[in-house]
Amino acid sequence: MTRADYTVPGLTGALLALLAVHPFLPGWALNTIGLSLAVGLVVLGMLVLKRAGLVSFGQGLYFGLGGYGAAMAGVFLGVTDFFLLCLFGVLAAGLVAFVLGFLLSRYRGIFFAMLSLAFSMILYGLLVNSAALGSTDGFGVAPPTYLGYDTGGGSRLGFLLYGLTCLLSFGCAVAVHRYLASTMGYIGEGIRENEVRVEYLGTSVRRAIHVKYVMAAALAGLGGVLTVLFIGHVTPDDTVYWTRSGEFVFVTILSGTGNVAAPFLGAILFELIRTYALQYAPNFWQMLLGSTLLLVILFLPGGLWSVGRLIRGRRHGGA
Amino acid sequence: MVVLEARGLNKSFGAVVAAADINIAFREREVVGIIGANGAGKTTFINMVTGYLKPDTGTILYRDRPITGLTSREITRLGIHRSFQVPQIFAELTVFDNVLAALGIAAAIRPGFWRPLRTPELSARADAILERYHIADYHDQMAGALPQGVRKLLDIAMAMVGDTSVLLLDEPTSGISADEKMNEMDTVMAALKAADVTVLFVEHDMEVVERYAQRVVAFYDGAIIADGAPDAVLNDTDVRTYVIGPELHRRA
Repeated sequence: MTRADYTVPGLTGALLALLAVHPFLPGWALNTIGLSLAVGLVVLGMLVLKRAGLVSFGQGLYFGLGGYGAAMAGVFLGVTDFFLLCLFGVLAAGLVAFVLGFLLSRYRGIFFAMLSLAFSMILYGLLVNSAALGSTDGFGVAPPTYLGYDTGGGSRLGFLLYGLTCLLSFGCAVAVHRYLASTMGYIGEGIRENEVRVEYLGTSVRRAIHVKYVMAAALAGLGGVLTVLFIGHVTPDDTVYWTRSGEFVFVTILSGTGNVAAPFLGAILFELIRTYALQYAPNFWQMLLGSTLLLVILFLPGGLWSVGRLIRGRRHGGA
Repeated sequence: MVVLEARGLNKSFGAVVAAADINIAFREREVVGIIGANGAGKTTFINMVTGYLKPDTGTILYRDRPITGLTSREITRLGIHRSFQVPQIFAELTVFDNVLAALGIAAAIRPGFWRPLRTPELSARADAILERYHIADYHDQMAGALPQGVRKLLDIAMAMVGDTSVLLLDEPTSGISADEKMNEMDTVMAALKAADVTVLFVEHDMEVVERYAQRVVAFYDGAIIADGAPDAVLNDTDVRTYVIGPELHRRA
């Protein structure tokens, strides 16, 4: 029997709640939510890949391309409009993924993961050696305008950037939810389970993986743009370096792939753990994060989203 | 009318000859049993027809069109479908979702990104397929936890979801108890008869072959050693010697 799907109503409720609390939250909380949603977008793309049985260790490549794409459009082309900056970032990530996808869609497992990491490290090498892009220091990004409306250099945590980040995250989550329920979405499940059967049903596994790879890259690119706009600065270490890609893998495992809301919850939880761990145990914060990951893998291999399933299972088991 | 034809097919794996100058044609709606000892070249033949292996030399024609160089995907799109000795199912999906996904994937040359797969119409078609193959009782069970016989039925049901013209079944009763074999084959053959397809099935159980095949082809060492009506082939001296007869059992 099919259970009712409350994903879209749930996401709508979350969106309204996030918008409603804006006036009451301190700056650090707004910043945490905004940056977490941006990371959530990257992980949403990784969910699409993981549903097809693929894990990318180099999603920082597209996060960085999005961030640098938008930042360079701002600095070198004088583009300030939020929506155009998003478009530049998404296109930069998507186009590179489209080209690399022809190669990566041939590989699976550890080869797919390491190849994606290799490409991200190539970009990292290019960026740290590029004086024009500020090398390891990166460069600053001006606050965006919104369809001609200039906030006058006010706080980046004003309602517009925060609200649009919430809206874009909501829109992407709903679109991916719809996508996962479509034929193309089910092909991902099929690929994870049995590529041979998918091919013998007459569908190209490589083409399907290519499409998913570009989608994941575009989402990572958008996450990169939003992060850079929140922070107002872009550097290779914050975007493309392998530790950033590692964070995305961490949040993907923490979240699980059960629902499109999971990446956002996972990203917020990750950001909170890191923030409080840094504050209260500055010398041991990595150890705390590592322990969290260990506990999730041992007790919640399906990620945060599997908690509900476990509880339901216990209820049925106990009944 | 001839639907599938092989001309001069040869295939070797190093020194092992898996197909030696195979020439054979199959007519529409024929039910053909393919027999042979292990390593005789039966599965190699099926793999070549379905594009999993490329023959070293020779041509395969489907409705007079050469398909030798096509990929398995392209051959599937033409209407030549197959099941596998080890069922190729989606183990972590339910039986219903297996058939639903197969229906959606098989129908979509350009798979949709937006339209939900789980429509009432497609769900009803999936339910009808489960009924047709007598696996509706397993509707919500994970496919990976099914008994072997049900897995086989699911595999064949998934192979048949598209627009099938020729179906190749690779050992449809292997791993199934003797009692269940005939029940399973009754179900499969009834479903296939209604679908009006040409059926080629590889089988080791001669009772099954005798009961369901209209024509039998015997392989030995990559070559066809007999081809004809079941009675004639199963009583052929060479077939009794190399495929089913006492000679083979003595060697084993």
